[in-house]
Amino acid sequence: MSSILQSSTTAPGRFGPYGGRYVPETLMVPLFELERAYEAAKSDASFQSRFHDLLKNFAGRPTPLQFASRLTEKLGGPRIYLKREDLLHTGAHKINNAIGQGLLAVKMGKPRIVAETGAGQHGVASATVAAHLGLECVVYMGTEDMARQALNVARMRMVGTQVIGVESGSRTLKDAINEAMRDWVTNVRNTHYLLGSVLGAHPYPTMVRDFQAVIGREAREQILAAEKRLPTHLFACVGGGSNSIGLFHQFLGDASVKMIGIEAGGRGAGLGEHAARLAARQGFSGARPGVLQGTYTYVLQNEDGQIATTHSISAGLDYPAIGPEHAWLADQRRAEYSAVSDQAALDAARLLSRTEGIIPALESAHAIAGLVERLPQFKKDDLVILNLSGRGDKDMDTYSRLL
Amino acid sequence: MSVAASNSTRISKRFAELRASAELGIVTYITAGDPSLDATLRFVLTLAEAGADVIELGVPFSDPLADGPTIQRASERALKSGATLAGVLDLVRRIRKSSQVPLVLFSYYNPILQMGLEKFASAAASAGADGVLATDLTPEESEDYRRIMRLHNLDTIFLGAPTSTDERLAKIAGCSSGFLYLISRTGVTGAKDSLPDDLPALLRRARSVTVLPIAVGFGISLPGHVSVLGGLADAAVVGSALVSEIEKAKSVDAAATALAERVRSLKEAARHGLSRREVAP
Ligand SMILES: Cc1ncc(COP(=O)(O)O)c(C=O)c1O
Repeated sequence: MSSILQSSTTAPGRFGPYGGRYVPETLMVPLFELERAYEAAKSDASFQSRFHDLLKNFAGRPTPLQFASRLTEKLGGPRIYLKREDLLHTGAHKINNAIGQGLLAVKMGKPRIVAETGAGQHGVASATVAAHLGLECVVYMGTEDMARQALNVARMRMVGTQVIGVESGSRTLKDAINEAMRDWVTNVRNTHYLLGSVLGAHPYPTMVRDFQAVIGREAREQILAAEKRLPTHLFACVGGGSNSIGLFHQFLGDASVKMIGIEAGGRGAGLGEHAARLAARQGFSGARPGVLQGTYTYVLQNEDGQIATTHSISAGLDYPAIGPEHAWLADQRRAEYSAVSDQAALDAARLLSRTEGIIPALESAHAIAGLVERLPQFKKDDLVILNLSGRGDKDMDTYSRLL
Repeated sequence: MSVAASNSTRISKRFAELRASAELGIVTYITAGDPSLDATLRFVLTLAEAGADVIELGVPFSDPLADGPTIQRASERALKSGATLAGVLDLVRRIRKSSQVPLVLFSYYNPILQMGLEKFASAAASAGADGVLATDLTPEESEDYRRIMRLHNLDTIFLGAPTSTDERLAKIAGCSSGFLYLISRTGVTGAKDSLPDDLPALLRRARSVTVLPIAVGFGISLPGHVSVLGGLADAAVVGSALVSEIEKAKSVDAAATALAERVRSLKEAARHGLSRREVAP
């Protein structure tokens, strides 16, 4: 494997100085148990065949890598390919990880799963996987997010999941994670916490990345088949960071491939107005390394170490911390991170809808906006893969009000 | 330096006295800054006078994921009132002007980390704190933290849990000084009606790996719980029950009175528990 891949993990669960395992003691032994189950699953032929079977026949993999001809023409910059994770069952990449962890829960003999959700995509993915595998499922969701992603709340309930509204904090993803962790620590003996991004304590950031790495493995093969060369740029939106690391991971060893993660710039650069943790050079304030919800990473916070509230039009990006591996990739300058505004994301959603006939999720629209803002920097023969992490059905309320 | 040198002994001394009189200790938790730091000063002095053996001062945090609703709300009130870690350290200094009650700072890790381990430890020690407990910090991630706290003669208290193996309990005790804090049940903080059935077994497991005093917390609120613990633990930690007295009270005065009453009745049960221990084989 490439040297970057090896040096990016200095100790189990560490990415340079980032990552680790900062949890109440009650969760330590369950985390060790999860880590062991996950390590064993990697070489367990029956687990792997079940995993791949579900990815193919339940979720609909592989997803296409589609040449976006009209978008390419309209922008007049690089050749753009879309990795169509939006076509997956339930409508986003989240299902890849939910299937993996759902099978692990079964393997560990845990009949109950809890999950958090922001945009509702991870909640829907967890809920459907739970129904498919016959597990009980409880999903925590901030009430602010329940209001703006109402369709997904109904979908979760349809498949028999209990959705519990969270009223604390800013009533968004961070608060849902707190509540899910409180449930987990209470019911840990029969419950698996199905965390939805590359966040939290080890082994989650590594395990979720590995479950999502199928995105990049497919994309690399597909682009080589279509273009006979590697892409020059990868684009993906970054909430916790799972769809982006899922695309990036397989290309880490290819030094010529630039990786660009797009964060939520919200409605301004002041603390509380955005969710940009790594885009400090664009003037976004308040991010420093710290510990939140199990991991050491860049966190939006005030001088006293209190976690800041965030704002994004996109529920899935509205979170004050970022996966620890991204913090390390940013420090190493192996990946670049920048942020785009709510408005830029809305404009990009309209652009993709009208040029390609694809309505993207608001999260994925950030990646498109990031590409658009970078247009002046591209060379003529640049080749882009953009991860279209999810579809826009859940965002139709917002789109019809604001467009 | 002379202040710092005496820090780590206050907790041990108190537990030694309790052991000598075969009495169960009462460790009390309140959230600092709820509803104001001035009120907390008053509450701490009241608790100490009513017989609290050790006082844990909760440092409010925006995301208290190990806490139930009662302490979550207290943290919110404290943050709203403007309490910060620096403010809590200043409160410790003010408490020390009139009380030598053993004080433990009970925090999530991030506020400590943001102040800086060295700066925090030296400020906490010189203010007169005796020990530190970080809820989301375990032995594995705490090497620097332990070295620096020890350097400043602060006791490091870690949590043991029902899910901890014997091997882990030994490791946790090995990293702890002052006392070992044993969590009675899987879950978050919050008052409960009964103690879990498997608590005696957990205490036996912990006893077999350490000679440190053992305090049991999470879910303990009633004199009856304290009587049961009398034969088993060295101290009972009472938190949410006190915090909800503060929440319910109409004034700081009324809260102080309620806290004093609570602690006196718990203390009474603790002394009563002593007779049970003496008759126990
Ligand atoms: C469609 C979609 N894309 C992206 C994200 C952001 O998460 P991550 O950064 O983990 O991919 C979400 C999260 O809810 C989502 O629903």
